[in-house]
Amino acid sequence: MPNLNINGRNMSVEAASDTPLLWVIREQLQMTGTKFGCGAGLCGACTVHVNGEAVRSCQTAVSEVAGKKITTIEGLSAKGDHPLQKAWIAEQVPQCGYCQSGQIMQAASLLSKNSNPTKDEVVAHMDGNLCRCMTYSRIQKAIMRAASEMRTASNAGTERRAT
Amino acid sequence: MNTHVKITGSEPADLSRRSFLVGSAATGLVLGYAALPGMTDQALAAPGNFDPSVWYSIAPDGIVTVTCGKADMGQHIASTMAQIVCEELGSNWKDMRVALASNDPKFNDPVLGAQITGGSWSTMMNFDAMSRAGAAGRMALVDAAAGMMGVPASELTVRDSVISHAKSKKSLSFADVVKSGKATRTFNADQLKAITLKTPDQYTMIGVSVPQLDIPSKTNGTAKYGIDTMLPGMVYGKIVMPPVRYGATVKSVDDSAAKKIPGFIKAVTLDDKTGTTTGWVVAVANTYANAKKAADALKVTYDGGPNAKLSSESLLTEAKRLQALDDSGLFFVKDGDTAAAFGTAAKVMEAEYTTNINIHAPMEPMNATAQLQGDIWHIYSGNQFATRSGAIAADAAGVDPKYVVMHQMWLGGGFGRRLDADMMVPAVQAAKAVGKPVKVIYSREDDMTMDFSRPLTFQKIKAGLDGDGKLVALNHDVVSAWPTKRWGIPDFLSPSVDKKGALDAFTVNGADFFYSVPNHNVRAILNEMAHNATPSGQLRSVAPGWTFWAVESMVDELAHAAGKDPAQYRIDMLDGKGANAGGAQRLRNTLLAAMGMAGYGTKSLPKGEGMGVACVSSQERATASWTACVAHVAVAPSGEVKVKKLTVATDVGTQVHPDNIRAQVEGAALWGLSLAMYEKATLKDGGIEQTNFDSYKPLRMSQVPEVAVSVIANGEKATGVGEPAVTVVAPALANAIFNAVGARVRALPITAAAVKDAMKA
Repeated sequence: MPNLNINGRNMSVEAASDTPLLWVIREQLQMTGTKFGCGAGLCGACTVHVNGEAVRSCQTAVSEVAGKKITTIEGLSAKGDHPLQKAWIAEQVPQCGYCQSGQIMQAASLLSKNSNPTKDEVVAHMDGNLCRCMTYSRIQKAIMRAASEMRTASNAGTERRAT
Repeated sequence: MNTHVKITGSEPADLSRRSFLVGSAATGLVLGYAALPGMTDQALAAPGNFDPSVWYSIAPDGIVTVTCGKADMGQHIASTMAQIVCEELGSNWKDMRVALASNDPKFNDPVLGAQITGGSWSTMMNFDAMSRAGAAGRMALVDAAAGMMGVPASELTVRDSVISHAKSKKSLSFADVVKSGKATRTFNADQLKAITLKTPDQYTMIGVSVPQLDIPSKTNGTAKYGIDTMLPGMVYGKIVMPPVRYGATVKSVDDSAAKKIPGFIKAVTLDDKTGTTTGWVVAVANTYANAKKAADALKVTYDGGPNAKLSSESLLTEAKRLQALDDSGLFFVKDGDTAAAFGTAAKVMEAEYTTNINIHAPMEPMNATAQLQGDIWHIYSGNQFATRSGAIAADAAGVDPKYVVMHQMWLGGGFGRRLDADMMVPAVQAAKAVGKPVKVIYSREDDMTMDFSRPLTFQKIKAGLDGDGKLVALNHDVVSAWPTKRWGIPDFLSPSVDKKGALDAFTVNGADFFYSVPNHNVRAILNEMAHNATPSGQLRSVAPGWTFWAVESMVDELAHAAGKDPAQYRIDMLDGKGANAGGAQRLRNTLLAAMGMAGYGTKSLPKGEGMGVACVSSQERATASWTACVAHVAVAPSGEVKVKKLTVATDVGTQVHPDNIRAQVEGAALWGLSLAMYEKATLKDGGIEQTNFDSYKPLRMSQVPEVAVSVIANGEKATGVGEPAVTVVAPALANAIFNAVGARVRALPITAAAVKDAMKA
C-alpha cells in the first residue's frame, strides 16, 4: 500500500507494487489528464515528473516512486497557467489533444533546466513524444514562446531583487 | 414562465448528393434510436433555455451551447460549427460553448442523413444548415426584442450578443431576451430555406481565426476522451487477441492461471454475430493492470481459420493475378475507346504502383465503456459513425438498436479508425457477462494488430501518347480490399458506369481526375483475399492516398518520356474542357501558386537535389479541394532521401478559420510524408507483424522538414481540408527524387534501398 506524493498531496493507494504508476494515477486517483498511449515507453503520452524529471509513467512501477515528488499535468500549475500551457493556447497547438499533456510535461522538464534552448535541443528533448496529428512545428514554437516568457519573467524578477 | 421555441420541421436537407439509412447491413442491423422516456437529450433542454434549433440552445445567462453532430478528432469541427452559428446569430464568441451530440437521429448530418464524420465533408455539408439555424435564432430574438422595446424589428441591429436600437439608444442582451421568455417565433423547413443569409462581404466571424473552444481543456488535462470514462462500479477489460487478423475461432480458454490474479473476474469469449471481430477473449478484472495480468495468464487455443497462412506477398500476388484478367472489376470511368487509341498511339507505356498496409494508430488506443441501465445500453466511446456503431453495439447486446445510447467523447485521434465499431462488441458482451459496467481498453499491440487498416493496393497504368507526346489514352486498374463494402450499406457503394454492378468508389476516387484525356478507363477491382484477411478501413485521405500516388507519378513519367517539363505537362492537360471546366483551372492555378512559392524552375539546384510537383483534386470529384505540392529533396548516393522542403498550396473556396486550415493542411502534409517514407505494416501468417511504435514508425519531430502552406480563398463554397494534402506529398516526393537523381520509385513507402536500386537501373 504505497504512499505517494502527487501534486503536493500525500495519498495512500491500494495497488500491487509492480502496478504501473500510470494506472494508479488514472484509475485510483481518477486524474485522467495523463494518457495511455503505447504501454512501452515509445510515445510519451503518459509523461509525468518524478522529482522534476520527465518519466514515462507506463514504465514506472508504483513502488519505485514511493516518497518521491510526482507531478502530473493537473499539478503543473494552479490554474492551468504555466508558461507552456499559456503558450500552447497562444500558438493553438492541440488538434486531437491526446498527446499534449505528455508533450507539455516533457517540455516543462526541459525548460526547468534550460530556459534558452536551441531548436536542436528542443528536438532532441521532444523526439520521444509522438504526435499523430503532427502538430510538431507548433509544439516547437510554443516551447520557444514559453521559454522567452520565462526568461522575461526571470529577468524582471532579478531586476526587482536588484533594486 | 419561459416559453420554449422550437423550429418545427427538420433542417433543410440537401439530399442531392447522397442520403442513406442503415437498414440493410449484412448483419441485418436496423438503425434506431429510442424515443423512450428518459432517453432523450435533456442536458441542453434545461428549463428557461431558448432552443431555436436542435443545433444550439441559449441559456438565460446568454451562453450559447452548440451541439456538434460531427466527431471532433482534432479538426476542431465543434468549434467550427459554433463559429458558423455565431456568424448568423450575432453572438459574442466569448458566449459560445460546444457539446457533443448523442446518436439521436435529430443530430444527423443534414446532407448525409446519418451521423458519420469523414471525407473532409463536415464544413461544406453543414455550413448552410448551421448558418440558417443561427439566422433563425437571431430573427426570433430580434422579434422578441422589438416587442419588448416597442420599436420596429427592422430598425434593430445585432452584434456581440446585444440587440440595439440606434434611434432610441435602447438595447437588450440575448440574456435579457431569453430570460423574458418572449422569443416565440418558430420556423418550418420552408421558412428556414427562405432566410436570406449574409453575403461574404458581411461576414464578421467567418474568416476569423477565433480561439478554438476545445483547446484550453487540451492543455490542462480536463478534456474527456472515451478512455477517461469513469462510472460507478465499473470494471476493466483487456482483450486477448488471436494471432490471425481475421477468421480465427477460439477452441479453448484455460483460466486456471488467471484465477490466481487478484481482482480477476471472468474471461469472456465473444460471440460476435456482426462478424466485426473473430476469436477475441476479454479478461475482466477490477483494474486495468489486473485485467492485463489476467489476459497474459489466459491460455487460449485457436483454429487459425482460412487466412492463417496469408502474407502481404500472397495478397500482392493475388492482386496481380486479378489485374491481369480481362473481366476483372467494374468500371469507375469509361470515356472514349482506349483500346483503339492504344492501337494508333505513337508510344505506349506501362507502370505498376503499390502501397503497403498502413495502420491508423491514433494516440488514444481503441476503447469503449458499456453500461446497462434498466433496458438501455449506454456506450461511452469516441466514434466517427454513431449511426452504425450504435447498431453494432445493439447487435452485440442482442437488443433492438433503439435501446442503445451512444455518448460521444472527444476523440484522441480518428483518421478514419473510429468509423469502425469493433470496440463496442467486447465492451457490451463483457458488461453483459459480468453484470457491471466495463471499460475495455486495447493495448497498443491490440490496436495495431487489429486495425482496420489502409489496404495493400496494386495499381497498373497503361498510357498512350500521340506523336506530340500528348496523353491520348489511359487505362488505370486499382486492385484493393474494399473498405466501404465491408460496412454492408448498399447506399455507400456506387453503380459502375456501365451499370454492371456496385463498386466501392472509396477505392478509386481521384482516378477520375481533372486532366483532359480523351480515352480513359478506370477499373475498380476487389481483392477478395485481402478483403477477407485484412478487413480494411478508411485511413485519412482514403482512395486519393493511393490513386494520386499512381496517377501523379505516371503523369511525371509521361512528361519525361515526352521531353516536357512535368509541371507544364500538367498545366497543358488542365485545359478545363467539358466536364473539367472550372475545377481544372482552379487546380492549375493552385499548382502555379505552389510553383511560385517554391521557386520551381527559377534556379538550378546542387547535384543530388531536385524538385517534384504533384496536384490533386482530393477527396472526391464532387467535393474536391484543389491542392498542389512542390517537394524539394536531396538524395545521397546511398539512396537516403532528405526532404528539404514541402510547399503546399490549396484552394479551399471559403476559409472559415484560416489558422485551423493551416494547421490541418500542415498536419495532412506531414501525414503524407509519414506514409510516403516511414510507415509500413506487413502481414505474415495471417497476422499484422508490427505491434508498437518501435516497428510501426509514424513521423517524429526530428523528421519534420520545412513546410510552407499557402491557402487560396477565392469566395467559392467552403471545401474540406483535413485530408487532401495527405495525398499530394508521396507523388511529389517520388517525382522530386527522379528529378534529383533519375531514380523512379513506384512502391510506398519509399526506402533508401529502393532509391539506390532505381539509381542503378
